[in-house]
Amino acid sequence: MATKNIENIAKEYNSAYKNITGRVVICGGTGCIAGGSLNVYEAFQKEMEKRNIGFCLQITKDCHENYLSLSGCRGFCAQGPLVSVGDIFYTKVKPEDVPEIVEKTLLKGEVIDRLLYHNPACDKKAKTVADIPFYSQQERILLHDCGRINPEDINEYIAHGGYAQAKRAYTEMTDEEVCKEMIASGLRGRGGGGFPTGKKWDLTRVEPGPKKYVICNADEGDPGAFMDRSVMEGNPNAVLEGMMIAARAIGADEGYIYVRMEYPLAIQRVRTAIKQAEELGILGENIFGSGKNFKINVMEGAGAFVCGEETALIASVEGKRGMPKIKPPFPSQCGLFGKPTVINNVETLATVAKILEMGAEEFRKIGTLGSPGTKTFAVTGHIANTGLVEVPMGTTLRQVIDDVAGGTTNDDGTVNKAAFKAAQIGGPSGGCLTKEHLDLPLDFDSLKSAGAMVGSGGLVVMNDKTCMVNVARFFLEFTQRESCGKCVPCREGTEQMLTMLNDIVEGRATLKTLENLEDLAKAVQKSSLCALGKTAPNPVLSTLKHFREEYLAHVVDKRCPAGVCKALARFEIAADKCKGCGMCKRACPVQAISGEVGKPHRIDPKKCIKCGGCKSTCKFGAVTVGA
Amino acid sequence: MENENFVTIEGKRVAIEGEKNLLELVRKANFNIVTFCYHPELAAYGACRLCLVEVEGMGIVASCTVAPKAGMKVRVNSDEIRKLRRINLELLLSSGNHNCTLCSKSGNCKLQKLAKDLDVTEIRFKSKKLDSHKDATSPALVRDHSKCILCGNCVRICNEVQGIGAIDFAFRGFRSKIATAFNKELGQSHECVSCGQCARVCPTGALMPNSSEIEEVFKAINNPKKKVAVHIAPAVRVGLGEIFGLPQGQNVDGKIAAALRMLGFDYVYDTAFAADLTIVEEATEFLERFKKGTNLPQFTSCCPAWVNYVEKFAPEFIPNLSTARSPMQMMGPVLKADFEERGGKREDLVVVAVMPCSAKKSEAKRGEFYVDSNPDTDYVVTTVGLARMIKEAGIDFVNLENEWFDMPFGTKTGAGVIFGASGGVMEAALRYALAELDPANARSVKFTSLRDSKVFKEKTITVGDLKIRTAVVSGLKNARKLLDEIKAGKNQYDFIEVMSCQGGCVAGAGQPQFDGWAPRKKRAEGLYQEDTELAYRPQDNSGVLALYGRILDKIGGKVAHQLLHTHYKDKKDRTGQK
Repeated sequence: MATKNIENIAKEYNSAYKNITGRVVICGGTGCIAGGSLNVYEAFQKEMEKRNIGFCLQITKDCHENYLSLSGCRGFCAQGPLVSVGDIFYTKVKPEDVPEIVEKTLLKGEVIDRLLYHNPACDKKAKTVADIPFYSQQERILLHDCGRINPEDINEYIAHGGYAQAKRAYTEMTDEEVCKEMIASGLRGRGGGGFPTGKKWDLTRVEPGPKKYVICNADEGDPGAFMDRSVMEGNPNAVLEGMMIAARAIGADEGYIYVRMEYPLAIQRVRTAIKQAEELGILGENIFGSGKNFKINVMEGAGAFVCGEETALIASVEGKRGMPKIKPPFPSQCGLFGKPTVINNVETLATVAKILEMGAEEFRKIGTLGSPGTKTFAVTGHIANTGLVEVPMGTTLRQVIDDVAGGTTNDDGTVNKAAFKAAQIGGPSGGCLTKEHLDLPLDFDSLKSAGAMVGSGGLVVMNDKTCMVNVARFFLEFTQRESCGKCVPCREGTEQMLTMLNDIVEGRATLKTLENLEDLAKAVQKSSLCALGKTAPNPVLSTLKHFREEYLAHVVDKRCPAGVCKALARFEIAADKCKGCGMCKRACPVQAISGEVGKPHRIDPKKCIKCGGCKSTCKFGAVTVGA
Repeated sequence: MENENFVTIEGKRVAIEGEKNLLELVRKANFNIVTFCYHPELAAYGACRLCLVEVEGMGIVASCTVAPKAGMKVRVNSDEIRKLRRINLELLLSSGNHNCTLCSKSGNCKLQKLAKDLDVTEIRFKSKKLDSHKDATSPALVRDHSKCILCGNCVRICNEVQGIGAIDFAFRGFRSKIATAFNKELGQSHECVSCGQCARVCPTGALMPNSSEIEEVFKAINNPKKKVAVHIAPAVRVGLGEIFGLPQGQNVDGKIAAALRMLGFDYVYDTAFAADLTIVEEATEFLERFKKGTNLPQFTSCCPAWVNYVEKFAPEFIPNLSTARSPMQMMGPVLKADFEERGGKREDLVVVAVMPCSAKKSEAKRGEFYVDSNPDTDYVVTTVGLARMIKEAGIDFVNLENEWFDMPFGTKTGAGVIFGASGGVMEAALRYALAELDPANARSVKFTSLRDSKVFKEKTITVGDLKIRTAVVSGLKNARKLLDEIKAGKNQYDFIEVMSCQGGCVAGAGQPQFDGWAPRKKRAEGLYQEDTELAYRPQDNSGVLALYGRILDKIGGKVAHQLLHTHYKDKKDRTGQK
């Protein structure tokens, strides 16, 4: 089948779009859905039906009134569910707010003050997205359309210029030209490695065909990272277009999207996009009359972290156990089913059409010399605006944390920029950045020199009530559980490291433990087979480097300075507050508390098992936990 | 001109001569680095990280996975490498059960050797024993997960060489283990054919042939009510000696006969006798099929793992399998029938077979080979198992005077002896067939092509208008390829010998462990040497001929069929409902 004329589709869509009187977009990203946005979506439909207000759920030429749609993730997840009515942007919307929104905003254009975002920094309400620093401080290229368009309607993507670059690549450019443009753009892989994308494509292009593959690595496994999910949920067609251009560049006729099955919404939206693209002949045979074919398969992964490693991912697609293989040969030479294969991550592929659109030269103006373009970060942890941010490469950590994401918070959620202690960047494979790195530009080379990595872009912010030893333990527990078990240092080494960290946080460690831990961490880093093992010790080594005194406090003084490690906590009864009621004595399961009625009680630290029973029983707040 | 094609290893120039990887060059330079996951017969894997070296400009790399390049400068024993090697070894030793004094593999274990070479006297890590489960459900093999170091050799040989994939890695991280499909016990695995090649490449005691029967054999010997007969397979005589420090491949049948008597066996026989009997039946069966043109090609059926394979994976070829039993399963019923004929009770004769094989253990347990509850072969002991018995009894094997097998079941021809090498069964069968079809020229045919160290061999015999096209294949993946070609009509053979183990029985899982082809060749040569000292044609075995006269009646007759033939079952259905 011949590809439908996309210029006509865009024209028809735009002229139909002009007919609508109002547009309501409800965020349908995973975060907002978890917050109940689908109920809000339903409430809008019910309310409009009840009031007999005309609306459509899909733009057609018959649509003359309001257009109600879901969008993909808008990134401002902490404030969800998000709703926009025209330009007016509401946060934390509940179904019960809907009648009022319809009545006042949709019909009369009035703003409902209480639903606006309140900017704590200047104590002002923000009416539109542009008034919110979270958005205004970002540079959204990749995420530009996420949250603005209906991800389940390919026509809207086309109307926004979508697939025009794919068409160009297939009809006006040679494979070599596409590769050249990508090399010129300096785009580096956003999956963590930072390998130049154009170079990777060119290496695959020159390999003998005819069968080659493009794989989209959508196996986003870092705890706290959700950039790829958001792009697939918010603008799946951008990923498909990127894959098409990659296929054109290397001469592939088949592609796979390897997406973890924990992303059901992303899978559904990607599948919908593929189906719609096939119906329009954008995917399939003789694309844009070029005589070239391309089809895309979706492969659901079973959620193994190691399958983000490209050779393990390829094994998994082939139906084998996801275990990394030795490189060389690289996938560009011998990849999926032994054929030359390009494997890029979601964010990289979704950037491709944008680069062709703006041109390599323009693209290079964004970001730094060594790392052009933007990068999305998933910011979580002790931070005011948990969510997804896109900034130019080279933006400093301080700008991301304080300006875009609203600053570090205390445990109770109040903003306290001074409470910043560290940020874990790059997930469990990354390292931690401290106060001294706040003005470090976030790009591939700067982070590498600081002993961290961009990784996939997870950014976990931690305040001063965080125990860094415990953080290292947390990440190591993850990598150990997710190690494929193939090579000795990763399989056995991370387990032993975890044992030592458990000994440290539970008060059994000696200085020898610390020495062994450091030796072993370095050995695992140096001798593991794949990147998972080589980077698994990073959280331990970087916390050891920056927070050694915390380790020493645990090991030597048997004390957790942050008061997090329960086994090291010391429960005490403040004599001035204790009324001698005896409640704690009765609550204690090990008879560690003694004292006469009416007189201050005391806890025998030797018997205490730190269960916390006394503290929760005491009505006078007399039981304290000391570090 | 000076040859520029060399690498420098610890300052020493080593020429690159087609080595696949840097590790082979390092070993060529006489740095005999002990590794676990590198095996010359398998694809490089890069998991054990013990072959780490430092290459100038590349840093630390696993040498097994790096292609040698001229000009490389390699350090094998830098401080850093020594440190990493020790840490990785300590990690392996800290995980699982490595108590050498309580392990049958002691003395022949690579992990033990490396620990000794590196003089590890303490381990800085905590001891972890996750899985202490021992799986002894298979009569052929025992798996001990606590000794497994997850080198993956077993997984790869089962997949790459045998083409089966009965085992693979399961679970993640520290909980990773080698498992069968659905994590069943090996005895319940549908895929395992008991060939035991996994145990042959296991560097530790994690996978070993099941040796539980040794104790039963000792008990039977010491039971005054029982008579115990033992017979040894051809490959055993060229495998056992090396355990006692004798040259690899040396035929020690005379010492074995002596040792077996010292152990207390009542009758000491040679399985080669039954091999002659097998050929008489099997070649006769072939000539009949050949004349009629039915069920061709005929496949040999003396390899029990191959029989398991056909039943489980290629049941459409069951009609092609020879119905003749294997020598071991002919020997059992013949000895018991003979014992009964001489007035004994069947259950009072215990038949012990010494085999180079793990699958023979499961073969003996097949229901077809029982009369009521009494098996034709009571116990199967491997070559290594026999060595253990000899050692336990304190027998000074090396200094034993040669003795001879008991008659009549100790008589044999060279045809029976060469059964132990790949190609030997086919050669024996053709010697028989030629003697029947063209007695005048039978001795002039040479079988050199069938004696090559190859996994696939062919030989066509022409007698008048007749052309007998034969093939010999060893290794189950190679056999699978042949089956597929037959199905696709891509080749035509009349008679095919299949052995599960590459190189035949000399390379069986019950033999002393080895790597590579040289040991297979030496052992096979030991058998071909004995062949030159014996009668040529199987039909010249006087004991066999007498047996037909006394018990079996005529070749391929009713009694012979009952005692010497068997039947097979389609076992492809995994649900077990069929």
